[in-house]
Amino acid sequence: MAKKVALLQGNDACAQGALYAGCNFFGGYPITPSTEVAEVLSIELPKRGGKFIQMEDEIAAMASIIGASLTGQKVLTATSGPGVSLKQELIGYACIAEVPCVIINVMRGGPSTGMPTGPGQSDVQQAKWGTHGDHPVIALVPASVQEIFSETVRAFNLAEKYRMPVQVLYDEIVGHMRERIEFPEPGELEVINRTEPTVSPEDYKPFDPSFGDVPPLAAFGSEYRFHVTGLNKAADGFPTTKANLVDDEQRRQIRKVDGAQPEIELNEEYLTEDAEVIIFAYGSTSRSARYAVNEMRKEGIKVGLFRPITLWPFPEKRIAELGKQAKAIVVAELNLGQMNLEVERVTKGSCEVPFLGRVDGEPINPGQIIDQVKEVK
Amino acid sequence: MAYDYEKHIRPGKLPHIWCPGCGHGIIMKGMIRAFEACGLEKNNTAIISGIGCASRMTGYMDYNTLHTAHGRAAAFATGVKMAKPEMDVIVVGGDGDGTAIGGNHFIHACRRNIDMTYVIMNNSIYGMTGGQFSPCTPTGALASTTVYGNPDPTFDIAKLAIGAGATFVARGTAFHAAQIEKLVAEGIRHKGLAVIEILDDCPTTYGRRNKFRSVIDMMKRLKEIAVPVAAAAKMTPEQLEGKVLTGVLHKEERPEYTEQYAQVISRAKGA
Ligand SMILES: Cc1ncc(C[n+]2csc(CCOP(=O)(O)OP(=O)(O)O)c2C)c(N)n1
Ligand code: SF4
Repeated sequence: MAKKVALLQGNDACAQGALYAGCNFFGGYPITPSTEVAEVLSIELPKRGGKFIQMEDEIAAMASIIGASLTGQKVLTATSGPGVSLKQELIGYACIAEVPCVIINVMRGGPSTGMPTGPGQSDVQQAKWGTHGDHPVIALVPASVQEIFSETVRAFNLAEKYRMPVQVLYDEIVGHMRERIEFPEPGELEVINRTEPTVSPEDYKPFDPSFGDVPPLAAFGSEYRFHVTGLNKAADGFPTTKANLVDDEQRRQIRKVDGAQPEIELNEEYLTEDAEVIIFAYGSTSRSARYAVNEMRKEGIKVGLFRPITLWPFPEKRIAELGKQAKAIVVAELNLGQMNLEVERVTKGSCEVPFLGRVDGEPINPGQIIDQVKEVK
Repeated sequence: MAYDYEKHIRPGKLPHIWCPGCGHGIIMKGMIRAFEACGLEKNNTAIISGIGCASRMTGYMDYNTLHTAHGRAAAFATGVKMAKPEMDVIVVGGDGDGTAIGGNHFIHACRRNIDMTYVIMNNSIYGMTGGQFSPCTPTGALASTTVYGNPDPTFDIAKLAIGAGATFVARGTAFHAAQIEKLVAEGIRHKGLAVIEILDDCPTTYGRRNKFRSVIDMMKRLKEIAVPVAAAAKMTPEQLEGKVLTGVLHKEERPEYTEQYAQVISRAKGA
């Protein structure tokens, strides 16, 4: 049977991916260049009995999806730089209270209001460090319209499976570009829902580590009744300042992602086997990088592309290996130096890490990347 | 007359953190009696609070409870109610939580007229952080950050709620314990956003600094300033000087938000 295909905008693909994943609640606040995600879902969710609410600001939007998620819904919000900054407080809340939710960040120039209609990739370290305190992080960085769809589905799966917020970051170029997309059939992509408790309501503890690093999550309004707080808490969900209990809980939360990294990590490698120079790029920049690789290969230059699709947790092991194989890993991104720091950290001086950044609202073009690669001695 | 509060309290979660003489406990008891009077079902009810001494109430109550972030309770609650309109949703918190950092969420919850009951425990101070002034601290009063007298004007929470569109607005005090139950129960039965402001005391951080010699003095003041709306109608402006109206201050019928959204769903499905 022929697949359903369409010419779709990235933000529309995000909304369609969310629906495919079973999203039934969206809370948002309009902001360029993410607004189309909200607009599409305001039309599509009520058709399916789902809920769309435009809240009074991004903090409220984040609060509304956490509240809705605790009633068992699959929830989404979408925003851009200024909105992501406002959401940080409650992203931390969703981390500590372990509430599944997906946050879309269509990246524009910054800081502050920056360049609303220009692309940026300067929120990638914020995705890891933006909210205070130690907490696990999962962030995905799709690079095409098709991938925005599939990564949005995967973001829901990871959020539900690991009981935590998952961020999807793509730059304005990918968000606003129109490309052909093939819609997966229902069942073709895996759709994961959270694990619900099976113990009796009296025995239910919302953070019970005896069920592993991801304890089952009940829903408000079900036969289970429980307490949720942003304070450090013990396994029963109630606040505690007992050092060992706080430590256990904090470490379990970090471990649930660290321990599952092989499952969460997703990268694409293009012509890296024999590469002497590897370009590290993600999102729209990786598209220029692929073009640059093809051009340079024609000239016989041994160059390849490493494209993280899961940005956090960072693909440490693989980058360390590539750092030993290659003379250099060129990092190209639309900021003034963010993921290059991570590449430098994990390669530990085993290769050069030249950096190519751009923050003028224009994409990095293949020619710039080629020049940078050719500078490697 | 022994009233069984304990069946609403989580086993093992008392004693509470509140200071001796704090009005928060009186308000919690009034709310419990109201829940009982309205027949709220524990599994079908969510109590949602912000951060502050008042907001700690959620930890004690044997319901679905959500202790959120400072000021954000109304926004979390909106998500819960919107997702599951069949649930009873109660919001609780302090004056600082609700009208300073949470002011934006507060007015928009009122505007939407979403069916929730918001109990604001107004002790006119930031109790938990040690007595800094709040938007409800009287002008001229002393707080840890206004040792020369508070220069700020004061919010009238009830007027704020009415102006923002809440369809049920009432005021009581921690002294008038029986009335708390009545007002909260009426708020729960009301379809739409009900705001119940309870004037409260914080002997520890407000009373001490503002020359109240004891908790009894603070309670006496609540008793003296409160004038029921019916009685106030017969009083002159001079007689009402320095008084505060109590009872149901405002009640109107207006479409409720989740019912409005149910219509959005049926229009979307029909389209
Ligand atoms: C974002 C944020 N800012 C500040 C605080 C510190 N803080 C905790 S409680 C509180 C004030 C509480 O006052 P109120 O809401 O009036 O309640 P009360 O303690 O008097 O019952 C403040 C400022 C915080 N927890 N979070
Ligand atoms: S500090 Fe004030 S508000 Fe807090 S518990 Fe003590 S008396 Fe109550």
